[in-house]
Amino acid sequence: MAAATQGTAIRTGRVARTFIYLVLLLFALFYMLPLYVMLVNSVKPLSEITGGGMMNLPEIWTVEPWRKAWSEAQIGVQPTGLKPYFWNSIKMVVPAVAMSTILGALNGYVLTKWRFRGDTILFGLMLFACFIPFQIVLIPMARVLGVLGLAGSTWGLVLVHLVYGIGFTTLYFRNYYAAFPTELVRAAQIDGAGFFQIFWRILLPSSGPIAVVSIIWQFTNIWNDFLFGASFAAGNGAPMTVALNNLVQSSTGVKEYNVHFAGAILAATPTLLVYIVAGRYFVRGLMAGSVKG
Amino acid sequence: MGFLDIRNATKSYGAVEVLHNVDINVEEGEFLVLVGPSGCGKSTLLNMIAGLEDITSGDIAIRDRVVNGVHPSKRNIAMVFQSYALYPNMTVGQNITFGLEMHGVPKPEREKAMAEVAKLLQIEELLGRKPGQLSGGQRQRVAMGRALVRKPDVFLFDEPLSNLDAKLRVDMRTEIKKLHQTLGTTIVYVTHDQIEAMTLSTRIAVMNDGYVQQLGSPKEIYDNPANLFVATFMGSPSMNLIQVKLRVEAEAAFADTTDDQGGKVSLPVCGASAALKSYKGQTVTLGLRPEALTDVEGADHRSDHVEKVQSMVTVTEPAGSDTFVTTTFGGTNCVARMRADADVHPGQRAEFAFNMEKAVLFDPKSGKRIV
Repeated sequence: MAAATQGTAIRTGRVARTFIYLVLLLFALFYMLPLYVMLVNSVKPLSEITGGGMMNLPEIWTVEPWRKAWSEAQIGVQPTGLKPYFWNSIKMVVPAVAMSTILGALNGYVLTKWRFRGDTILFGLMLFACFIPFQIVLIPMARVLGVLGLAGSTWGLVLVHLVYGIGFTTLYFRNYYAAFPTELVRAAQIDGAGFFQIFWRILLPSSGPIAVVSIIWQFTNIWNDFLFGASFAAGNGAPMTVALNNLVQSSTGVKEYNVHFAGAILAATPTLLVYIVAGRYFVRGLMAGSVKG
Repeated sequence: MGFLDIRNATKSYGAVEVLHNVDINVEEGEFLVLVGPSGCGKSTLLNMIAGLEDITSGDIAIRDRVVNGVHPSKRNIAMVFQSYALYPNMTVGQNITFGLEMHGVPKPEREKAMAEVAKLLQIEELLGRKPGQLSGGQRQRVAMGRALVRKPDVFLFDEPLSNLDAKLRVDMRTEIKKLHQTLGTTIVYVTHDQIEAMTLSTRIAVMNDGYVQQLGSPKEIYDNPANLFVATFMGSPSMNLIQVKLRVEAEAAFADTTDDQGGKVSLPVCGASAALKSYKGQTVTLGLRPEALTDVEGADHRSDHVEKVQSMVTVTEPAGSDTFVTTTFGGTNCVARMRADADVHPGQRAEFAFNMEKAVLFDPKSGKRIV
C-alpha cells in the first residue's frame, strides 16, 4: 500500500509539475508579448503597421526605422535622432553610478568599521533618502543647481542622482560590511595599513556581490529616470528618456510607430544588458546583504 | 623596568570600569599567558597592549617607550587573532608580506623574509593559495607567519587555538612552545583554557572580574593559589575543597573533618603559621589537588606527611592513564587521582592517602589563602 501511495504521489507530482510549467510558460509568453510587438513592428515599413495586423511578421524586413530613430528623427531643433541623447545618458549614468557606489561603499565602511557617537542616527537619516518621493525635492534641487551653476547640464543631473542614490548604496554596503569580520580591519591596522589602504586593499576586493547589486540598482534607476531629466536638463542636454518622450509625443507630422518602437528598444537596451550580464549576482548580493547585519 | 610594562592600567567604558589597576612587568623572552573566564578583561588588556583599545588611565610601555596613544602599527607588535583574520582576497604569500609592504620594505627583502618564515613554519607549498583553500591548521600557521615576518618586539596571541579541533590544538600548542624556545621572542597570550596556560607559559596572570587574581609561574599558580578563584579555575579536575574545623594543640594544627559515615578524620596541617593558628576553632576551607589525594601505593614517597584515611568509593572513572575516584569527605564530593590499575570499586571502602604537604587552606569568607 505504501508503494502504491508513493507511486501515486510521484504521478500526481509529475502532473502538477507539468501543469505548473505550462502556466509559467503561458505567463512568460504573455510578458514577452510587448517585446515581440515592439521588435516586429520596428522592422516593418510604416504602411504595414497602419494597414493593421500588429502581430504579423513583417512582409518587407527593414532596418530603416532603427537607423532613423538613432540618427535622423526630429527630437530637438535639429534632426539628430536619439544618438546625442543616448550619449548624454551614458555621460550621466556612468559617473553617477560609479560615484554613488564608491561613496556608498565608503559610507558603509565608516558606519561599520570606524564607528563614532551617533553613527546609527546618521545612518537612519541617510535612509530617508530612500523614502523621499522625487517630487518633493524638485524645487529645492532646482535652486541648489542654480546656485552651483549646474542647472540644465549633464553634471547637474549627475549630482542629483548621486545625492539621491547615496542613501541606497550606503544601505547596501553598510549591511554587507556589518557581516565583514572586524578582526580583518584590526589585523590590517596592526600591519600598518591606513584608512584608505584598508578600504582599497581589504574591503573593496571582497565587495563584489554587493557592488553588483549597487551598480544594477543605480544604473537602472538613473537610466530610467524621467522626472529629474525633464526638470533639470532640457534641450540638448536631455537624457535618453526625455528624448524618447519628445520623439513619441511630437504633435506634428505623421506618427512613425516603427521609429518609435525602435527608439523605445534603444532606450531600454542598456539596462537590459546590465541585468543580463550581472543579474545572477544581483539576487546573490541582495541575499547576502539582507540575511546578515 | 621590564621589556613590556603595564603600569596601573585601567579601562572604563563610560562609568563602568572593566579593568582595574593592572600591573604586570614582562621580561624579554617571557611567555606571559593571560587566563580567565569570558568577560574577565583578558582580551581587553591584550587589545590595549596592541593599541586597538584606548587606555583609560595608567601606562603601557614597550622597551621603556610609553605607547599610550601610539598607533598599533608603530608599536612594533604583531598579533594573531582567534579567527586568524587572514585577508581573503590575497594569497598566503601576500598575506604574510602585507605588513612589510605597508611599512615600505622593498620587494626583494619582503620576498626573502617571506621565504624564511615559510621555511620555518613549513608552509612553502601554500604560498600561492588563497586562505579559503586552507585547512584550519594551515590557516593558523599562516597567521603565525604573518606575525613572525615582522620580527616584532612583542607577539600578541588572542585565543589562537580555540578554533581548532582537539588533536590539532594539542599539536599546535607544542609548535608554539617550540617556536618560542627557538626564537626566544616575548609573547603575551590570551586563553580561557587553563591547560594551554599551564603548558605554554613562563608566567601566568589569572584574571577575573577585571582584576589580576594572581601573577606567577605555572608551578606557583598551581601549587600555591592565592585565593579560591585561582585554586578552582586552574587544574582539571578542579581542586577538592573540604570544609574543616581548625584545631590547634601546642605547636601543631589539625584540620578536623568527617569521612563518608560521619566518622572523625583529623588531618595534621604542616607548617602551621601564626596566621593560621589565629583561625583556631573556626571553619576554614582545605584545598587539595586530586593528585594529592590518591591510593596508598601511588602516594608521593618523598612526602613525610601522608595521611591514610578509609572512605567509601562512590564512582570510579578510568581515564586510561589515571583512574578518577569520587568519595565523600566533610559532606562534599572529592575526586582522587589514583593509578590506572588501582584496585578500587564503587560501593566498597578504600584507603585514601592525603598528601598534606600539598594542602592549602583558605579563609571561607574572603576566599583568600591563609599563609
